[in-house]
Amino acid sequence: MSRNLILGGLLTSVFVVAALLSFVWTPDSVEAMNITNRLKPPSANNLLGTDHFGRDILSMLMVGARTSIAVALVAVGIGMGLGVPLGLAAAARRGGMLDEVIMRMNDLIFAFPSLVIAILITAVFGPSATNAIIAIGIFNIPVFARITRGAALSLWKREFIMAAQVSGKTRTRISVEHILPNVANLLIVQGTIQFSLGILAEAGLSYVGLGAQPPIPSWGRMLADAQTMVSLAPHVALIPGLTIVAMVLGLNLLGDGLRDALDPRLKVVRA
Amino acid sequence: MLGYIVKRLISLAISLIVASVVIFVVVEIAPGDPASFMLGINAQPDTVAALRTELGLDQSKFDRYLSWVGGMLTGDFGTSYTYRTPVAQMIVDRMWVSLPLALFALTLSTLIAFPAGIFAAARRGGPGDLAVTGATQLGVAIPNFWFAMMLVLIFAIQLRWFSAGGFPGWEKGFWGGMKALTLPAIALALPQAAILTRVMRSSLLDILGEDFMRTARAKGLSARQALWRHGLRNALIPVLTIIGLQFAFLLAGAIIIEQVFFLPGLGRLIFQAITQRDLIVVESVVMLLVFAVIMVNFLVDLAYAAVDPRLRTRV
Repeated sequence: MSRNLILGGLLTSVFVVAALLSFVWTPDSVEAMNITNRLKPPSANNLLGTDHFGRDILSMLMVGARTSIAVALVAVGIGMGLGVPLGLAAAARRGGMLDEVIMRMNDLIFAFPSLVIAILITAVFGPSATNAIIAIGIFNIPVFARITRGAALSLWKREFIMAAQVSGKTRTRISVEHILPNVANLLIVQGTIQFSLGILAEAGLSYVGLGAQPPIPSWGRMLADAQTMVSLAPHVALIPGLTIVAMVLGLNLLGDGLRDALDPRLKVVRA
Repeated sequence: MLGYIVKRLISLAISLIVASVVIFVVVEIAPGDPASFMLGINAQPDTVAALRTELGLDQSKFDRYLSWVGGMLTGDFGTSYTYRTPVAQMIVDRMWVSLPLALFALTLSTLIAFPAGIFAAARRGGPGDLAVTGATQLGVAIPNFWFAMMLVLIFAIQLRWFSAGGFPGWEKGFWGGMKALTLPAIALALPQAAILTRVMRSSLLDILGEDFMRTARAKGLSARQALWRHGLRNALIPVLTIIGLQFAFLLAGAIIIEQVFFLPGLGRLIFQAITQRDLIVVESVVMLLVFAVIMVNFLVDLAYAAVDPRLRTRV
């Protein structure tokens, strides 16, 4: 086990455990406001201090982790769920009509500045966690389609696939039974990377008010709220920011570690 | 080369058409009628109808799409629903902030990434390399808007070297404008510099394993001479591609950074337009940004093909 894998795995598990724990227990309520106790620096009562409403920042971060992880995870799910079948289908009939159409659509989505489109989608359909998921998920589709197709194309030239073809299996069945298991490693590694990008994207969207809406806590909005308070109480901006950095860093290290452990030659995309 | 250009031009045109249709449709299905929104809930139905006619909202969707696209082709982006001023003028005004900001950030990111990437590649596996790669790991994990807030906290609030936000306007002097854009540009450049450093490093490492590099060493060049004379030039092609792509994304990425620093750029314009349901402005700004990205991609591809003939067959 490499250092990356251990460190990344540990960091990521801390956040996942914190998010799960927040369903049953948080140090303090995230709804109870206590104005007399506002903007307090970290202390024994509030380990990470309090925000401008006197809410406990640690509790807010734990519940916020739930939002971040849920949005990024579902967005990766959308990307894999649609992108992988498209990539497999494109590779199964290389150069065919379907392949052309799928790859052109991919190029097109890549051409859109993802942030602008995310803003357009959430602006038009109203800001919500669901619309943030859709906006981020759409951009995961071409990433998964492209890497799946690339990996599948080289597999289609291998002997064991030819053997399967000779034995009379259909292209669809070969894609599902033989190609998919062989690209699984790549998908796991790429999934981790997209997960970390999703966390960053969610934070950005909720920072500009287009992610999860109050009263659901989210890391991005904690930073937006902190912006005007930053001179009075730097910790309200410092702590949520460092939390995002730690989570994204953890996922990136985990991704690198997984790649090295599974197969260092995997061709992942870093956008 | 000519055949390649024609093919790429056709696919460029298709991309632009599809993009414009997608943007138009998404904005079209937005709930809420701009005319009723502008006049408020107490407006008389006939006033709303009159305004709808004036804004051209009563025409068929197809006609409106054609007049929108036709207008943009002739430089007429329509009239803002809220301000009743030409959208093209509003965009041009805001471009004077967003474009210099993107260029400034791109320059910074290149100035950081080139030396850092070369430094790391030349010391592969050594402590210097580890430090640079570690820094890039951190760089890609930091949200740029949070980094921007930290810059404000340190350099504007604590040290008072810069103002915390706002833009004085270029007519008040070039350096004043540049000063106002410095912190935003640094915030915007950081993650891009991290990505670019990685590309620079790995591209150089690829080149260092090439046969011609061994030949360069064999004819008596030192490792450093070989790197500077032969390695760098060959490693630059993928790096330049990324720089081209980054410019387009910096323009779009500026949207959030402009919010942090209250800069009157395209980002502020788009958010204002969204809250006021000024859909024609939203539509046009988004189309413009998408157009910029598609054009830059196209030009990068052409430049690439001009340099490397092998790429012309791959469309």
